[in-house]
Amino acid sequence: MSVKFTIDDLKRILREGAGTDEAVDLDGDIAESDFEELGYESLALLETGGRIEREYGISLDEDALADARTPAALVDLVNSHLAAQAV
Amino acid sequence: MSVVVTGLGVAAPTGLGVDAYWANTLAGAGALDRISRFDPSSYPARLAGEIRDFVAEEHLPGRLLPQTDRMTRLALVAADWAFADARLVPSELADYDIGVITASHSGGFEFGQNELRALWSKGGQYVSAYQSFAWFYAVNSGQISIRNGLRGPSSVVVSDQAGGLDAVAQARRQIRNGTSVVLAGAVDASICPWGWVAQLTSGRLSEHDDPRRAYLPFDEDAAGHVPGEGGALLVLEDQQHATARGAHVYGEIAGHASTMDPPPGSDRAPTLQKAIQRALADAGAVADEIGVVFADAAAVPELDRAEAEAVTKVFGPRGVPVTAPKTGTGRLYSGAAPLDLAAALLSLRDGVIPPTVNTRPSERYELDLVTGAPRRADLKAALVIARGHGGFNSAVVVRAPEPT
Repeated sequence: MSVKFTIDDLKRILREGAGTDEAVDLDGDIAESDFEELGYESLALLETGGRIEREYGISLDEDALADARTPAALVDLVNSHLAAQAV
Repeated sequence: MSVVVTGLGVAAPTGLGVDAYWANTLAGAGALDRISRFDPSSYPARLAGEIRDFVAEEHLPGRLLPQTDRMTRLALVAADWAFADARLVPSELADYDIGVITASHSGGFEFGQNELRALWSKGGQYVSAYQSFAWFYAVNSGQISIRNGLRGPSSVVVSDQAGGLDAVAQARRQIRNGTSVVLAGAVDASICPWGWVAQLTSGRLSEHDDPRRAYLPFDEDAAGHVPGEGGALLVLEDQQHATARGAHVYGEIAGHASTMDPPPGSDRAPTLQKAIQRALADAGAVADEIGVVFADAAAVPELDRAEAEAVTKVFGPRGVPVTAPKTGTGRLYSGAAPLDLAAALLSLRDGVIPPTVNTRPSERYELDLVTGAPRRADLKAALVIARGHGGFNSAVVVRAPEPT
């Protein structure tokens, strides 16, 4: 049974590493929102990716990370790494 | 073309905001105290002028907090206050018509220290992505520019304490080149262990533990300075632009000059006097017009002597009132001179010179140092002096607005 990365894990890491935009409710339905709409620029996502990597012991491909434009896509990306690691 | 000041944003150990700072400065308040931001007991210098009532979360959005050093947080808030004071909304100006030029002494040391600690204790994966810019000298200009949409000429000046005036001078040049408004000045804050050991290398920090006897420029007992944190940002504006929008004008940035001292051991004379004379010439002013001099006030005997000689050669022995309200805040590095400019403009407005605190003036310097209490004076213009470590000298003349 592999570890699962959830959108709540992502929200926690976003809050810790990059903070939150006052105009955005992270607890709302944000799974399919573009990170830019949520107030996160590329550096915030780099910081977020780094925090996920060190917490979950995985290594995210930079291009794949840049291509994950929504929280749902990033959660999927992380879970695919976790699954591969568990095999 | 005249360049005028229409807004002030102040973050000082003696007060957050212009009104608090000015009231406390006139009252001769002192903020020097034992360092509280880290345990200073193992360091040779243990006093600082700290800003103790600033809560960044009350002023800044959550997205900015993980990516900003303390000096940047203070600068962003001072910028907000300066624009509010000027009744100017940057987004209402044409694109590229408003810029920001700050000075910096050391960058974001506290942020950098935390990331270096993470690097060496846990590894590179633990270093914040924001370290890429949060420590950097130019970061205050960058963050202020982003937050306020200032896309006009923007830059950073690094010449230690003199930089605070050089940034204002550069802003004046850009306005003369056609930009309507430039926010200019500096906020420095590096009262953290890394910042502290860097400052100690100057050999100019006071090692006294009594806040009333630690920073005594122009006093027989002068033995170095006490560092502080903070500074000021000023809204500089083309006078016609200011007039057209009916802005309140504090005064004009009338003249500036900067010079470089010869290297140590040279037989050539120091050049501060030349900076003062050229700033006066740039302002089209004669010495008699200057009603008050805000001194650099190094509190190192040979530097006090050099400054006193420069002032007395231009103005005559005891020829002009001199003051150093930074005795209450500590030396704020790049932030010091913009704060002195703010004080000078408020002196012109109110016809009063704030006192130098704690110092008992030595007769040898032949300065008319304002001490003990504020002094009433009919002021038309003021001179602000700033010197940076390594031979930087700068001087700025500010002139009261024409009576309307």
